[in-house]
Amino acid sequence: MAYLFDTPEQRQRMLAAIGAASVDELFQQIPVSLQLGRELALPGAVSELELEQDLQRRLGQAGGGGVCFLGGGVYDHYIPAVVDELTSRGEFYTAYTPYQAEASQGTLQAFYEYQTLISQLSGMEVSNASLYEGGTAVSEAVFMAMRVNGRDGRVVVAGSLHPEYRQVLRTYFSRLGTEIVEVPAVDGVVSVESCRAALTAETTAVVLQQPNFFGCLEDIGGLTAAAHAAGALAILAFDPISPGLLKRPGDYGVDIAVAEGQPLGTPLQFGGPLLGVFTCRSEYVRKMPGRLIGRTVDRRGRECFVLNLQAREQHIRRDKATSNICTNQGLLALRATVFLSVVGPRGLRQMAELSHAKARYAAERLTSLPGVVLKFERAFFREFVLETPRPATEVLRLLSDRGFNVGPELSRFGGSLGAGLERCFLVALTEKRTRAEIDALVSALGDVLGS
Amino acid sequence: MDPETLRFAKTHEWVSVTGDVATVGITDFAVRLLTDIVYLSLPKVGKVYRPGQAMGEVESVKAVSDIYAPVAGEVLEVNGGLPDQLQLLSESPFERAWIVKLRMSDAGDLQQLLSRAQYLQHCGE
Repeated sequence: MAYLFDTPEQRQRMLAAIGAASVDELFQQIPVSLQLGRELALPGAVSELELEQDLQRRLGQAGGGGVCFLGGGVYDHYIPAVVDELTSRGEFYTAYTPYQAEASQGTLQAFYEYQTLISQLSGMEVSNASLYEGGTAVSEAVFMAMRVNGRDGRVVVAGSLHPEYRQVLRTYFSRLGTEIVEVPAVDGVVSVESCRAALTAETTAVVLQQPNFFGCLEDIGGLTAAAHAAGALAILAFDPISPGLLKRPGDYGVDIAVAEGQPLGTPLQFGGPLLGVFTCRSEYVRKMPGRLIGRTVDRRGRECFVLNLQAREQHIRRDKATSNICTNQGLLALRATVFLSVVGPRGLRQMAELSHAKARYAAERLTSLPGVVLKFERAFFREFVLETPRPATEVLRLLSDRGFNVGPELSRFGGSLGAGLERCFLVALTEKRTRAEIDALVSALGDVLGS
Repeated sequence: MDPETLRFAKTHEWVSVTGDVATVGITDFAVRLLTDIVYLSLPKVGKVYRPGQAMGEVESVKAVSDIYAPVAGEVLEVNGGLPDQLQLLSESPFERAWIVKLRMSDAGDLQQLLSRAQYLQHCGE
């Protein structure tokens, strides 16, 4: 981004340096007949996002083939151009963690900064250098809980947890004796009472999601307290944009917090690659999977970065390692690092607030159509379940024909989300969607349902 | 404690027996091989172990090793101060660096353990 800009102060300084009082005085030597005599007819300054949207509109590629209202785990959030610029540098782009990791101080520093930013974002004490994606991060969190409390009889999983995360968990546990018990979501959320009823003295952990798969807000505080009362750990899959508006996982007192980190600077690209965010309380750090970068000083007292607690990893601990994962999702963790450092806490808050406000506007407008309702009348963040009179697969196909990518439909996940959801689908909003796009979606849906 | 009076497991734990209580630690040989020990985790009081079951972990800069129960029994007491004074493991391996006291459920387990001389021979092999 080679934008050259100046402020009035900078202009004054430049004028002072060359001894001119004003720009007009500077141009005095140009004959009046050659001077324009008015401002250039240029539009006002626009933000990077506005510029990008304007260019896409002019090129006729709104969001690359359709306007994106897709939810269900990955989201079309704004990515500052500097993310691509920095992460595509050769030093980072092709670098795999060297086998002598400390030889690559730049890589280690980047992941140390990633860990610091993720700890601040999540409110948790420790972050690892990342795992592959949200679903495996959930499974790794459950294995970690088993190492922490030595219980392996049962895992209690919220029925509002992403159905694909649950599927990954079942795959991981398919040859183990541990029982996976799902607490069904009723009216969009899991109740503390039903969670408590599923807990036993052999339950290692409760797995929750905030906002949950339906976009609804759960009583994470109450559910965490129920888990702790039974001696189980609380594991939370959180949305990494949500701390801009909602409580951080650490504020709820959960023990392990994981996330799908895609919204932090990684574009939507046919479902992947993704980024597994993994954090925990510091007392459990030795049970944590994945790589951990630490900062120290070398023998001359200079700051340097090292791989910490490697003795837990599989190249040393073999079958007793904390995980079979001995690497991290380097490039996407780097994208998240650049993204978070550029966006900052204020930017994140703005993204979260805009996404929420636009989601509320969209929900209000969409439900003004006859027969269209919110499936769950609950607080949501940037995503909600819409129910219409027609089968969801049909509605989404017709919307796609009209240039709107919406969904996924809940029936895609079989019965794992509950019964009677054939006419339901997810709608997600991010700061990138404009009022015009939302209004156009509303009229397209009206059109689809009326036809 | 005179190491000659102790019993040893091939997995480098020592055992000192008083009545039905077995005091367990790790040997000077094990500590020397591990080099710089940075972390020790202890079992919970009340937990019951079979011989050969992992009770805790000792971590050095090079490796993490399990501490195995040399005899079957219930954990009566653990040396709670030890994780904060890891130097004791090399300074006083057979005395102040005891790790756990077990109430033995089967004194016959002791028959499986080695004498000091047998243990040292095992280490030399």
